[in-house]
Amino acid sequence: MKLIECKNLYLGYEDGAIIENLSFSAEVGDYLCIVGENGSGKSTLVKTLLGLITPLKGNIEYLKGLNSKEIGYLPQQSAIQRDFPSSVMEVVISGCLNRHKGLFGYTKAEKSRAMESLIKLGMESRAKDSYQDLSGGQQQRVLLARALMATEKLVLLDEPVTGLDPKAASDLYAIIRKLNEEGITVLMVTHDIHPALNDAKTILHLSQESYFFGNKEEYFASELGKRFLKEAGHHEHH
Amino acid sequence: MSIINEIFSYTFLSRAFLVGILVSLSASLIGVSLVLRRFSMIGDGLSHVGFGALGVASLFALSPMAVTLPVVVLAALFLLNLSKKSKGGDGSIALISSGSLAIGVLAVSLGGVNTDLNAYLFGSILAVSKSDAYISIVLSAFTLFSYVIFYHQIYITTFDPAFSKATGIKTERYTLLLSLLTAMIVVIGMRILGSLLISSLIIFPAMTAMKVARSYRNVTIISALESVIAFAIGFIISYACSLPTGASIVAVHIVFYIVAFVYSELRMRARKKLL
Repeated sequence: MKLIECKNLYLGYEDGAIIENLSFSAEVGDYLCIVGENGSGKSTLVKTLLGLITPLKGNIEYLKGLNSKEIGYLPQQSAIQRDFPSSVMEVVISGCLNRHKGLFGYTKAEKSRAMESLIKLGMESRAKDSYQDLSGGQQQRVLLARALMATEKLVLLDEPVTGLDPKAASDLYAIIRKLNEEGITVLMVTHDIHPALNDAKTILHLSQESYFFGNKEEYFASELGKRFLKEAGHHEHH
Repeated sequence: MSIINEIFSYTFLSRAFLVGILVSLSASLIGVSLVLRRFSMIGDGLSHVGFGALGVASLFALSPMAVTLPVVVLAALFLLNLSKKSKGGDGSIALISSGSLAIGVLAVSLGGVNTDLNAYLFGSILAVSKSDAYISIVLSAFTLFSYVIFYHQIYITTFDPAFSKATGIKTERYTLLLSLLTAMIVVIGMRILGSLLISSLIIFPAMTAMKVARSYRNVTIISALESVIAFAIGFIISYACSLPTGASIVAVHIVFYIVAFVYSELRMRARKKLL
């Protein structure tokens, strides 16, 4: 069952397309890694999937019941956030503001959902702590908990391990793997070869000339895939 | 106590006090978001634009509020767009702000009334007329009201505009609201504090609160409390010692900031010892 299906997309701005004739899809429960050099249009694709840019041509179909506002988005962290005075709970619960009705305060149900989301990510003991006192890896977990507030089905992660040390990065990958096993579809934009190699089911590789879309095994047998492996310092052993 | 009774026996002082409290409160709330977004300098730039507009208004004998408000609102929209494009925004703010100051000074001296210059730069309690007071009360009430209603939206657009946009929050709308409110606060606060000091009403409470509080809600509450208390103390000191009101209020803010700074340093050290 396809959760998202993109057909013959032309993406970019009025002065020209950055991506031409792109077709790919994500199954329910998929783990799709989106890789490619800088400037290949990854962030344009992310903005398009989020509904912030409309495609120049082509269309995106979401499974019935899903809309682009129900994507649990984990953006790249900004410098402003790192020392932002906010409790962990305030950050997480803000994830459901788009569905929030009524003028004031969050409801009890919303608060308990935020707590559940923190429990999923093993951060419940830090709910009352200040976001700025957390380590980089913990901050990403909190932002992932917030992303889960906006969705039950799909998370879109934009370079989630940027700036994390190797241990924190592999912890975060383990959590994402667990979420995926529990049935959440994962789309991840990444420079890092490890999630593509270890966890991904399908790969979308964007490059200036062409693109590759297919399952992981096919990808690493393809020219683009071999090049990525080599650039990341992985050599084939004979 | 007798000094306080004395102050409130004068209608114009009571009026100035009320307006000052409301303006301080509004400024402190908006300040939290401005400081966190690294927009502190916009408040400063706007106050200089306000001074320029005030000078021109007095030269042509126009109503000060009617000229300053639209000019400052336009400047706010302009500056905010500049800083969105980031690169060069900083320099442009400095250009606009010192340029406006020069125009204001020229306009005031062409008009030939130099007492006005002093009042515009450093504020004057006597400048708060009855109609000014009404306008100020309405604008502050509007600010407080919109802040409370859109508290969560302002929080999320400040913390993470990318996420907010993606989840369908109209971030531009709240940024626009914030810049309009800032412009209004600058214009009405300028009469009391003067254009050189008004930005301290926006920046000091937030900076002080951020030293003490660790959650957004507490930063907001402490910022609001600090602004009201600092205004009241500064106002009374200025009356009792015959000192300029604006500068007295800012001096109290400075003291509060230093206390908060020392507190946060001490707490950090205590924490390090624990670890």
